[in-house]
Amino acid sequence: MRAIEDLIAQAPVFAGLTTAQLELIAGCGHNERVDAGAFLFREGAPAERFYLIRSGTVALEVHAPGRGQLRIETLDEGEVVGWSWLFSPYRWQLDARVLEPAALVEFDGACLRGKVETDNELGYLLMRRFAAVIVERLHATRLQLLDVYGDDRAAR
Amino acid sequence: MIARHAENRAASEPMVPKPFEVIATRQDTVDTWTLELRPPDSSELSFAPGQFTMISAGGSGEVPISISGDPGAPSVLVHTVRGVGFATEALCAARPGQVLSVRGPFGAPWPVGDLDGADVVVAAGGIGLAPLRPAVLWLLAERERYGRLILLYGGRAPDQLLFEAELETWATRGMEVLVTVDSAGPEWLGHVGVVTRLVRRAEIDPESTASLLCGPEVMMRFMATSLIERGVPGSRIYASMERNMQCGIGHCGHCQLGPTLVCRDGPVYRWDLLEPWLAVREL
Repeated sequence: MRAIEDLIAQAPVFAGLTTAQLELIAGCGHNERVDAGAFLFREGAPAERFYLIRSGTVALEVHAPGRGQLRIETLDEGEVVGWSWLFSPYRWQLDARVLEPAALVEFDGACLRGKVETDNELGYLLMRRFAAVIVERLHATRLQLLDVYGDDRAAR
Repeated sequence: MIARHAENRAASEPMVPKPFEVIATRQDTVDTWTLELRPPDSSELSFAPGQFTMISAGGSGEVPISISGDPGAPSVLVHTVRGVGFATEALCAARPGQVLSVRGPFGAPWPVGDLDGADVVVAAGGIGLAPLRPAVLWLLAERERYGRLILLYGGRAPDQLLFEAELETWATRGMEVLVTVDSAGPEWLGHVGVVTRLVRRAEIDPESTASLLCGPEVMMRFMATSLIERGVPGSRIYASMERNMQCGIGHCGHCQLGPTLVCRDGPVYRWDLLEPWLAVREL
């Protein structure tokens, strides 16, 4: 079985970190297998964890009254699920549901927050990495908001 | 001899429409129909992937529509049309037996014949899969000439995806097919998210990749940016453009894009040559 630090070293969000930094992060993580249909977290619940997907697919969803469960985005191998553990008030803003049986690394967010309080360099690096993830998804969300296909007046 | 004479006459009279009979129709989505048309006198309409015709139903006005059929089957002209206005809604309402007026084919095609050995990433958004379908059929017919073939296809919602049954067929014929929709309910088990997010999932090798893009202009812009960020040179990215084409042969000037005319110099452009003009507002 491969060590957690080896598994997470290949993920874009942790790429390029030193072995010592990876070991420190890995100390807050463990492997997890989750069946299809299970929820990793639900909107409004305390955000104490985050996940790195090793395999499988996870959907981010929101429940809208009168419209049911709406799927916002799907995430798969190598992607991070959850950043609410980083920011007060540490509450999930979406539901995360496993669509295909998933192998995950689950991290204890409070554990990692505690570690970076005394290792500010790692804290800064982690914040930059998660900011990059947030920016990428914000960019994608803006493109979704443009509704380019609905507004396509192409006479094809 | 007579057929050749007719062909020469058509080429020399590109403004003269010819009568094509509708022989079959299929509703693809709530507002999109595919029409199969028979050329007059059992002739053939040879075309290259990416070319378009000027087509009209009765007096509803002539519009440019990309050919969505198989370039290897020129005895049937196939168009996939989204009804977004008077002329295109009239085309969508056409039924077998009706005769439509057709001019063409016109325009610069996808450079599929020049991509030997390349991995080809075909990226389509919405109705943009229709102009790319002839290129896909060409690539699959000549499968051994290319490396990986990858289709990245994004749509607004699951019920607005085109050619769904064919996507599965293409996957079995050696094309990696990745589909995503902008939004979906829980019954959809595929990807949800914008089409540009598929670039990361495709794990492309930028050194050997060429890409063909078609869809809303803003989608192509973001897709080209994503590919270039991955290392694909703009000189190996091609995009199909759309402007107000009227004559189809570069005479009227309505479809001017920078120093070019889309009907004559396009609709397919090399991205690095096209991009500077897309940055000019209101062009």
